[in-house]
Amino acid sequence: MKIIKTKKKPLDLILLLFTWLAIAATVAVLVMVVGYVLMNGVGYIRPSLFAWNFTTENQSLMPAIMGTLMIVGLALIVAVPLGVGSAIYLVEYARRGSIFVKIVRTMTETLAGIPSIVYGLFGFIFFGVFLGWGLSLLSGALTVTIMILPLIMRATEESLKSVPDSFREGSFGLGAGRLRTVGRIVLPAAMPGILGGVILAIGRIVGETAAIIFTLGNVARMPNNLFDTGRTLSAHMYALANEGTHPGEAHATAAVLLVVVILVNALASFVTKFIRGRA
Amino acid sequence: MGKRPLSFYKELFAKILFGIAASAAVFAVGLICVFLFSQGLPAMAEMGIWQFLTGTEWRPTWNPPLYGILPMIVGSLYVTAGAILFGVPIGIFAAVFMAEMCPKGVYRFLKPAINLLAGIPSVVFGYFGMVILVPFVRENFGGTGNSILTASILLGMMILPTVITISESAMRAVPRHIYEGAVALGASRERAVFFTILPAAKSGVMAAVVLGVGRAIGETMAVRMVAGNQAILRAPNEFLMGVRTMTSNVVLELGYAYGDHRAALIATGVVLFVFVMIINVLFSLLKKKEGAR
Repeated sequence: MKIIKTKKKPLDLILLLFTWLAIAATVAVLVMVVGYVLMNGVGYIRPSLFAWNFTTENQSLMPAIMGTLMIVGLALIVAVPLGVGSAIYLVEYARRGSIFVKIVRTMTETLAGIPSIVYGLFGFIFFGVFLGWGLSLLSGALTVTIMILPLIMRATEESLKSVPDSFREGSFGLGAGRLRTVGRIVLPAAMPGILGGVILAIGRIVGETAAIIFTLGNVARMPNNLFDTGRTLSAHMYALANEGTHPGEAHATAAVLLVVVILVNALASFVTKFIRGRA
Repeated sequence: MGKRPLSFYKELFAKILFGIAASAAVFAVGLICVFLFSQGLPAMAEMGIWQFLTGTEWRPTWNPPLYGILPMIVGSLYVTAGAILFGVPIGIFAAVFMAEMCPKGVYRFLKPAINLLAGIPSVVFGYFGMVILVPFVRENFGGTGNSILTASILLGMMILPTVITISESAMRAVPRHIYEGAVALGASRERAVFFTILPAAKSGVMAAVVLGVGRAIGETMAVRMVAGNQAILRAPNEFLMGVRTMTSNVVLELGYAYGDHRAALIATGVVLFVFVMIINVLFSLLKKKEGAR
């Protein structure tokens, strides 16, 4: 198609200029933040930063890394079955437009909009004080479980919906029940989207601070059991930045944290896209 | 009742199990509301809701202590307004670029870049703010650098991806014939985009702004790291002074607060929660309006 060029008037040029400036500013923000954090931090990364035992001297990331892994693992154990199960119910079982579905949708949206400090506050009151678990792995993990639930639900719902109905009809036609159809046909086809959502949720947990420090706590030690306190990488970063006594380690920790989050998010979009492209 | 095959019970069991999972979100919201309100509201009532909301003195260590959160409410409003001032114009223009003017090859890089920006943890933003923005504001505008202005700039950066992504998809959802009609009548591309597509996507763009507001008002760590955190009621022209928001009030003191002090912090959380709920309702109303069109 040939496009007829009209002569640009001053207003057009001004608007065009503004859009260019705006996108340039956006890219500049990204380059500044990522560039600064990486360039400043990489030089300070040294082996002692990953020493198994934390001392005030080495400010090792190890306890924080282990704490992060434990929180992520525990939260996923609870959140994935709940989130996926919930989405299966909404898409495969519930009647369309039923009141229950509407309520669940609204509540999920509500959860997604709650700021992380409110999650921290709730986790502190409920898991920490009311249930008496204090600052512990369990309090922290269950708090972030609620936080990532809407993320996993939405990702699963969307990928279940994108599975063509002909898959289901074919399976029913061969005599399979609903459960078998969901388990053998629909879920495998929807797997990439679900996996993408789960990885995105991991990124969210790794980057979370406000909900962590009042539930898991912020102590530089490796949690020994479910009721032990610890810290995550983000909480460690927060502590380092506030104390201000180890600027080098703070630079390095920021860089490590940023790289981890970037990699996790990249993996999420790669998984979603790669397998969607294949299907 | 006749005999049912085993598979019937298996199906029923599965359905119930999935149904329980679906109730989890409802249960979680209920739990959050019950615990926040049951612990926050009595404390508020005891202090006097009006005194709590409009008191200008936050003195938890005084005898008797004073718990007035007006400085924090106003502080949250300042930094949120500041974030809108910086983030929304840039965000909307950038969204126009992404939706209408971006060459395909460039888009393939820009889209992931904006997603990347959305994924940066708030402590990292806060840290960047501490070491770069705070000195920058101090040297160029004066003051200590830990100020309303600094927090506004940082929050403006942080809400960019939210505003861009949602506005972009709202503009993409506008039927193409609106644009074509404008161009057929002799409008240039810029004119067609800004005077037909953008107005048509109005409610979606407004939804993007509202969601950005929700992000800004709920942001904790980054604000706490750059805003100075003084619990003092500020006038709008004191934008180079420090301010404390509702979120940072909780994060600063919850760790060591007991008794009434803790209850006052939970009540601060309740006020924040109510603000966020209002914003969420506004957002879903705008989205519904967009979907109805």
